[in-house]
Formats: sequence, C-alpha cells, structure tokens
Amino acid sequence: MRIGVDVGGTNTDAVLMDGRNVIAAQKTPTTENVSDGIVKAITSVLDQSGKSANAVKCVMIGTTQFTNAFVERRNLVEVGVIRISLPATRGIPPMTDWPDDIRSVIGSNFEMIRGGYQYDGRLNSEFDEKGFREAVKRFKSRGLKAIAISGLFSPVNGEMEDRAEEIILKEIPDCNVTLSSRIGRIGLIERENAAIMNASLAALSVKIVASFRKALADLGILAPFYISQNDGTLMKAEFVEKYPVLTFASGPTNSMRGAAYLSGIEDALVADIGGTTTDIGMLTKGFPRESSLTVDIGGVRTNFRMPDIFALGLGGGSIITTEGDLKVGPKSVGYRLTEDAMVFGGDILTSTDIAVAAGYADIGRKSHISHLPEELIAEAVERIHHIVADGIDRMKTSADLVPLILVGGGAVLINRDIPGTLKVIIPEHAGVANAIGASIAQVGGEIDRVFSYDTVGRDTAISEAKAEAISVAVEAGAAPDTVQVIDIEEVPLAYIPGGAVRLRIKVAGELNLDNVVRAE
Amino acid sequence: MKLELTDLEDFARGAAFLGTGGGGDPYIGKLLAQHAIREFGVPTIIEPEDLADDALVFAIAMLGAPTVLVEKAACGDDIDLAIDKLSERLGRRPDALIPIEIGGVNSTVPLVASARTGIPLVNADGMGRAFPEIQMVTFNVYGSKPTPLSVVDEHLNSAIIDAKDAKTAEDLVRSVAIQMGLSVITANYPVSGDVVKKYAIKHTLTIALEIGRAISQGRKEGCPVEALVNYLRSTKYYKHCKILYDGKITDIKRETTKGFSVGFCRLEPLSGSGDSMEVVFQNENLAAKINGKMVTMVPDLICIVDRETAEPVPVEALRYGQRVKIIGASVPPIMRTPEALDIFGPQAFGLDGPYTPIEDIVMP
Repeated sequence: MRIGVDVGGTNTDAVLMDGRNVIAAQKTPTTENVSDGIVKAITSVLDQSGKSANAVKCVMIGTTQFTNAFVERRNLVEVGVIRISLPATRGIPPMTDWPDDIRSVIGSNFEMIRGGYQYDGRLNSEFDEKGFREAVKRFKSRGLKAIAISGLFSPVNGEMEDRAEEIILKEIPDCNVTLSSRIGRIGLIERENAAIMNASLAALSVKIVASFRKALADLGILAPFYISQNDGTLMKAEFVEKYPVLTFASGPTNSMRGAAYLSGIEDALVADIGGTTTDIGMLTKGFPRESSLTVDIGGVRTNFRMPDIFALGLGGGSIITTEGDLKVGPKSVGYRLTEDAMVFGGDILTSTDIAVAAGYADIGRKSHISHLPEELIAEAVERIHHIVADGIDRMKTSADLVPLILVGGGAVLINRDIPGTLKVIIPEHAGVANAIGASIAQVGGEIDRVFSYDTVGRDTAISEAKAEAISVAVEAGAAPDTVQVIDIEEVPLAYIPGGAVRLRIKVAGELNLDNVVRAE
Repeated sequence: MKLELTDLEDFARGAAFLGTGGGGDPYIGKLLAQHAIREFGVPTIIEPEDLADDALVFAIAMLGAPTVLVEKAACGDDIDLAIDKLSERLGRRPDALIPIEIGGVNSTVPLVASARTGIPLVNADGMGRAFPEIQMVTFNVYGSKPTPLSVVDEHLNSAIIDAKDAKTAEDLVRSVAIQMGLSVITANYPVSGDVVKKYAIKHTLTIALEIGRAISQGRKEGCPVEALVNYLRSTKYYKHCKILYDGKITDIKRETTKGFSVGFCRLEPLSGSGDSMEVVFQNENLAAKINGKMVTMVPDLICIVDRETAEPVPVEALRYGQRVKIIGASVPPIMRTPEALDIFGPQAFGLDGPYTPIEDIVMP
C-alpha cells in the first residue's frame, strides 16, 4: 500500500492506493504549518480504509511550496555563486539580469574562477583550485552557508564541479552546495540561475522535508517517502533536501500523470479545471509533453523541464457577468467559492452555479438559483464549453481526434462533447488526480551529452546513452524490467563537422517497492 | 541613434526577428551588451552618412556553433584583441565598427566591442538580416574582401587569415574556429567609409530596435503580430511583408551536412485541414512553401514567430506542436541584384531557383 499526497497552495490532498486501486481519498485545506494538513489528510484516508500505518510501504509527496517561496521571495537564504569557466564567459557575470528585489534577498556574492571543459568534454582550462579555495574562504568570512557552483560544460563533464564540492565541504563542512550539473542542461546561464535558485532554498528545504518527516512520524508511518519532480519522476527525500528546485512545476505534471492513470489512457489531452484556471496539457505515452520555450520563474530565466501547459481563465469560481455580452471569467471568487457563490447563499454568479442550474452538479442549494432564466443558463453553458474547446484546439498537434480527460474540482463544469476530441472522460477520483499522480510517479534517469556520430555511429551512440540513462534510473530505485525510454532528442551541432550531435535521452520506470527499506 | 540599457530587451528581440531563425541566441547577446554597458557606458552610434570617405571600418562578429554559444560566451578581452590584431596587421586603428549582420547575437557583439573600446559603431550592417557564412555580405558582393581578418579565442590565441577570395576565407576561418572550440571572435571586412556608405544596409540598428518596440507595444495592446507586420510595412526595406501562414508544427527533420544544420519543418493549420506549409532551413530559414509552391525564398526574410506573443523562434528551438505564424518580408534592392543573388540567392543554398521577390508571388 502506498500514499500519495499533494500539498498545494489551497488544498492538501491524500490518497491511499493498493496497486492500481484507489482505496480512499481526502481533500483538506493546506495549513500554515504544512505538516498539520498532511497529518489530517493522511489520518482521514487511513481511518476511511481501516488500515493501519504499518500497511503503508511508501509515501509520495508532490508540493508547490518551493516554487511559491521563490516567487514570493519568502524564506530564502543568502547565496554565494562560483562559476568555474574563465577565461570564457567573463563577459556575462552571474546574475546579470536578475531582478533587484531578489538580489536584495539573496545578495550579489559571486566569483569567477579559471577552469571548465569544451563542448565534447575535453579540457578548456585547468581548474584553478587555489583561486577557488580563496573564493570559498571569502564566502566563509561573510558567513555564507549556501553556495552554487556552475562549471563550463559541466553537463558534459562534471569532474570539476565534483571537486569543487569537496573543497567547499572541507572549508565549510555545514555548507549547502548546489552543483549545476545535477539540475540543468547545456545552457550555462539558465543552468547557473537554477543552481542559484536552488541554493537560496537550502534552509527552507531542510525545514519542509523535516516537517514531512515529522508528519509521517507522528502518524506512525515508518515507510520511506519520496517527492515528485517536474518531469513526473521521484526523488528521495534526502535528495530534495539538496535539490528542492527540481520540484518546481511538479503540480501540473502530477495532475496529468494522475489523469492518465485514472483513465488508463496514455495519449490524450488533459484539462485540469481548478477554482480559477484550467491547465490544458498533452499526454504522450503517459507523460506530459514538455515546453520548448525557456521558462521564467519569479523573473529569473531557467531551462527547466516543464510541461507544456496552456492556462485558461476558467474554473469553478469564475465570475459570470451579464452586462452586455455574457462573459465567464477570467475573474474568480477563488477560495471564497463556498461563501460567495449563489448556491452557497452568496450573491455572485459563478460557473459552479451554472453547472448546478444546468443539472450537471449537485453542490450547495439549488433553490438559491431557481430564479436564473433558462436562456442565461443555456448561454453560459455554451460559453464555458466554448472556452474549453478553444483551449483544446490550441494545444492539439494534429487533426486526429484524441480523448480529453477532465480532472480537478471544476471538471463538473463540462457535460457535453468538446469539438475536436474523440470523447470526454471524467474518471472517478478526478478531484484528487494530483495526489494520485504523485503516488504513481516513476523513477527516472536522463543523459544529455554531445556524441560524434561519425566516430561512434548513431546507433551505438543512442544505445550507449540509453544504457547509461537506464543505469541512472535503476540506481535511483527503478525496477529494471519496467524502465522505458520516454524521450529521445537529437540536435545536430551546426558548424561542427564530424557529425557532432547533442543527444538527450530520458527513461523512467516503476519504483521497486520490494527494495524499499523501512526506516526502523 | 542612441541605445540605452533599457532598450536592449527590445533591440535583441528585433534582432532575433531579423535573424530569421539563425544568428545565435540573442539572449546571450543581450546579456553581453547589458554587462558591457554597465561596465563601460553606452556605445557611441554614428550614422553611416556621417562617415568620412576614407574612414577605416571593421566588421566585428562572433563565430561558432549556436549550441556552444549558449554555454560559452565571449570573455571581452577576446573582442579587444581581435580589433588590436587586425589593426596591427593594417598598421592603423579603425575609425568605426560595424555589425557584419543585424540578426541574432552578432547585432549585440559589436555594441559590446564599441562600448569596451570607445570606437564608434555605425548604424548599419552588411547583411540586413543573418546569413551563415562570411562571404554572404554586401561588401563582398560589391567587391570588398573580408580579409585580412583576425580570429581570437577566449584564451587569447589568435590567427590572421589572408585568402584569395571570400569563400576561401570562410573555409579557413571555420577550420580555425573548430580548433579554437567553436566560439570565437573575428574582426573582418576592413573597408572604407565610402564602401559602407555605398553598400551597407543602412539604419538597421534603428530598425531592429523599432521592431522590438512594435512587438512590446503590440503585446500591451493584445495584437503583437499585427503590430510587428504594420511596423515592417512602414520601413523602406521590409515593406513588402505578409503573414504567410498560421498553424502548428507537425513535423521537423534535421540533418547535419558539412557542419551545417539543414532541415525542414512542416506545418498544418490549427483547424487540422487546409493548406500545408513547409519551411526549409539551413541555420536560417531559406524557403517557405505552401502545398509545395514556393511563396518566399532567400534572401527575402522568412521568420517564424509565436502566434500569440510574436516571440521569434530560432531554428534550434523549433519543436513539434508549436503554434506559430510565419512572416515573409522583402529585403533592400541592393540585396536582390544578380550579383547579390549569386552569393546569397536560392541557388547559393542549393535550392531550386530562380529567385522571385515576395511581392511578385501570388499566394495560393
């Protein structure tokens, strides 16, 4: 048995799963002290099922806490940044285009040191260890406890970054060290930015992971727990303590993966309809299609693996206005739905009221909305379906009809076929798809490197990279026979003769529950 | 004209548009310029008309692979040295610098050079867009050679290249760049003020900035693509301009031959049925075809932009499923003469000719 938890900004959801079956599910408000909400949600699913804490083999948690903290500049620590790249890249020092408000929180402590590799992993400059040690000492004297390291072409060759970590820990044993090669791809500035963001979350990650740990201990659950990352795969709790940034944007991924799981369909469109917005994404082989655009988070550019999501201003709390043309959203009553919506005795007409009036949903009191004219209801229903259909059309990549899976609390708004889709599916437990997505997250492995196809041949290069990615996944806890290739991307390097190709392979497999060790 | 720190975002976006899919990540170029301007102040930009006939002008550019560039940007000293080395060879410092191309990263590298050295920058360039090779410059078309030229890497290794013609110079500089790690700085095309006045594509720094501003303004008003097209129509060079297509990418193929990324992307309408579009690219977008019929071809501009934000999409960022609009635009007459087309017309890229200007093609 395993438990999936989703700690969102508004709600904390928990599900108890036995194999493919959802045994119990619970939605509770997120609490200021995160662990209280988790305890409440998990207690409820255990009570509902009559199972004991002992029966739980593993807990998977999805959380938006870290993204929110960075965007809101809350609970961040001062960071020291050391780039190992000189003489290259001196023209763009670290944090060149960071917003001032974030620099004022995490400081502008950076150093650039000689070292780094070339695009094919050959040495570019010898690592200046002496200079590096001196830089670390300067940070030490300023009392810095979080350091981000970025090395030239470190995703291709990470040796210098590894050595850098050793040196830092010798000087400052309790330092939180972030290595850029562990979090990002080729693209020095974006990778370095992600490393700095990660380092700034060092204190918060320890605190949050500790509160997760405490919540489980309070419940008597001794099973290990994992946290889901933005590509739909899992990280061990200890790893999240070090690399919290990898949880960024895991929310939409979890809900899409949950949708695939609940419906049993691996290639489909997914619309996650919440209180204020609808996120539409595309599932391919059970995983979300990734965005190709660079992503700004809190004003900082990154090259994270983010799902390609189209967000619409439509949700269960969307306000309906009838002056002039009828409009639905984008304004929403948000978390005040249970006070402001007419079915709950409020005086604001929302899309939820329309769904109740049209007979799609049974929420609140229908008598409160008996005065609504038929034409108004019909027009609003039409409008809501039209908004979703329009969003679907933008996300579709081919004329082929694909199924549409609806999840999230607002899924009740949709009750008709949507043009361009094969059929509309609202699976059971659609409201807690996030937590289910977390509970079924897989263990992944990724390789991103430049290969010379002329020397090794395309087939050999791909099979080598594949084998390496698989061993990364297995080492992280995936059951070897379940590991599958999720994505292969080949980009030939322009102007480089010799068939140099940047090859990125991503694999993922089921977590091997048999090998999961309980912390007794 | 003047370019302030706060203009860089718009300028880089405009340059990315004129890069027609190539020219290297303008984001890196923007950061380089941002840092250089903070450190050394804003560069002096002069109008081509104000150059003395006998002034000495150098083109300055970064050369390498876009994929390497995103990891390994210039260090700064390499830019200074490239100018020093070529000056040494010629026995004279340049009176002004000029961008070799206005597309992509090479629109901002000269800003960095000018800010660092204090040598003024000419508001003009040698391509009016981006091209992949060093011979594809109007100065070469009309009789000036790119050589002698200097090549410098970040370790401050340097080479001077003399060549019998521009294509040979391209081959040689490319080999040196590969040895130097594929992200190098070159000072080239030492030409006179007179040549710049006759053959450069003038005021393109201003146009790049205005393109970026039109997109920004359009975003505020909710119609960035229309704002962009309207602005282009008001310019002297790019005025024959149309939205060639609106759709999503359904297929992409890339191959590397002789070191160049060659490929095509196919698009279908959002609705799923209707005319299909194919864009052929080799570092830059070269040809746009609707149902197999050529509707725009190099040297005219073919730009792929995000259909909602008008953000230019570089060739290496093209992905299956992207929703884009394709914009075609004319280039100045000086780039459409028979001698210009010999160097950068369709046949120079191995495409079927003959070249037909965008305004003479009837859309299917």
